[in-house]
Amino acid sequence: MRTMTALFALAISVAGCTSTDGDDELLVFAAASLTEAFGALETAFEADHPDVDVVIHLAGSQRLAAQILEGAPAEVFASADEVQMARVVAAGEARAAPRVFAHNRLVVVVPAGNPRGVAGLADLAREDLSVVLAAGHVPAGAYTREVLDRAGVEVEPVSLELDVRSVVSRIALGEADAGVVYTSDLVGEDEVVGIEVPDELNVTADYPIVVLDDAGTAADRFVELVLSDRGRGILEDAGLRVP
Amino acid sequence: MSASTSSPTPRGIGLLALVAVVLLALPLLGLALRAPWSRLPDLVGDPQVAAAVRLSVGTSLAALLLAAVLGIPLAWVLARRSFPGRRLVRAVAVLPMVLPPVVGGVALLLAFGRRGIVGGALADATGVSLPFSTVGVVLAQAFVAMPFLVVTTEAGLRSMDRRLEDVAATLGAGRWAVLTRVTLPVIAPSLAAGLALTWARALGEFGATITFAGNLPGRTRTMPLSVYVLLETDPEAAYLLSLVLLAVSIAVLLGLRGSLLERTGSDEAPR
Repeated sequence: MRTMTALFALAISVAGCTSTDGDDELLVFAAASLTEAFGALETAFEADHPDVDVVIHLAGSQRLAAQILEGAPAEVFASADEVQMARVVAAGEARAAPRVFAHNRLVVVVPAGNPRGVAGLADLAREDLSVVLAAGHVPAGAYTREVLDRAGVEVEPVSLELDVRSVVSRIALGEADAGVVYTSDLVGEDEVVGIEVPDELNVTADYPIVVLDDAGTAADRFVELVLSDRGRGILEDAGLRVP
Repeated sequence: MSASTSSPTPRGIGLLALVAVVLLALPLLGLALRAPWSRLPDLVGDPQVAAAVRLSVGTSLAALLLAAVLGIPLAWVLARRSFPGRRLVRAVAVLPMVLPPVVGGVALLLAFGRRGIVGGALADATGVSLPFSTVGVVLAQAFVAMPFLVVTTEAGLRSMDRRLEDVAATLGAGRWAVLTRVTLPVIAPSLAAGLALTWARALGEFGATITFAGNLPGRTRTMPLSVYVLLETDPEAAYLLSLVLLAVSIAVLLGLRGSLLERTGSDEAPR
């Protein structure tokens, strides 16, 4: 019995150790493609505000929006497209009007060395290629559809992933031959390379950010950082474009 | 007339038991109450939902067949033969049951993926790629569900009266005849319970499927994967589909009445 109590107490204290004692927590929901960028922004913000513990929750923007609508206590939402942001705004969850803070472009991604000799978008229609795309309701997937329609290419993917990073990892692991992701997703990835999409076919992804209702003051300061010159520099280093 | 009285209950046990029931029942109640029943006809007619149901039923039954063809012989060997390393074999056979499903999916990729130890050779030799295929779904489901069948069948084989087999043998029955006409019928109740549990586990499989087989409507997007996707686009449809899976689970439990599960939890008042 005593062992049980001791184990129970240990479990509780370990669980409690996940949050830094005494710190205010700032919960940020960010699109999966913002993994690198917001990781760097978190470091910068916490250096400026040592009393705040920034927690970044990364997933496909459509999942984040759904979670916010279900009542998730997010304080900041950074989406990869306007569609998912509109869902959140329409539900009255936003405190103010969203601001576009970054842009992104699409690129065809293949394993390093391009073993299957993919030359461009048109090759994605090849029957001998396993192509993985983001699902249509994911921002990256919606942008991909737009680009493929514009190029007149019909692709039969072998899987429809629920966020763009999963597409990257399928290619990086060698499970698929090609995919379509954001140019920023290539930064720091040694296992994959990009094949350019011509400008006239490409889309510009607009990333809006907003502070949500019931957010603390740290949320406003975080968004200020994102929109500041310093924040723009961090975003550019992570492969995004800034307005 | 015999009077049976309950044991005196240690203080607090009753309250904790009540909390346990509430904890388990509330989510099920929440599902039943929040599901938009009025949309059920639309959902049933939706082609993607229909595809997911057909896919789930087909793959889970195929996985069950695979689990039975491979798992019952394994259970027989574990129960009836002694050999060096038997404990290790049993541990390997049971491991997928306790392994986190997504870890199972990763492991399947490393074995049967295009760069996997077997998958690479398979792809080079035959061009067959298991990930992103319906066969991959069946493999993932069989991987996580087979241990259930192995464990329940081995238990049944160990607890049956061996003399029945001996008598059949002395009466001239060959080994296959003993197996099919004596052993299997005798363990039929625990075998049936094992098959039902195995099928339910295969039907509900998610983590290994989405990791190994991918996510494509009609080919690999089973019902649990559909629920996960629908949560992002149409939560009410997700609730309804969840209810359907809940109903199937209840049906499986009802089917297991009077068998393995009930033997461990008797409905009789304690004496």
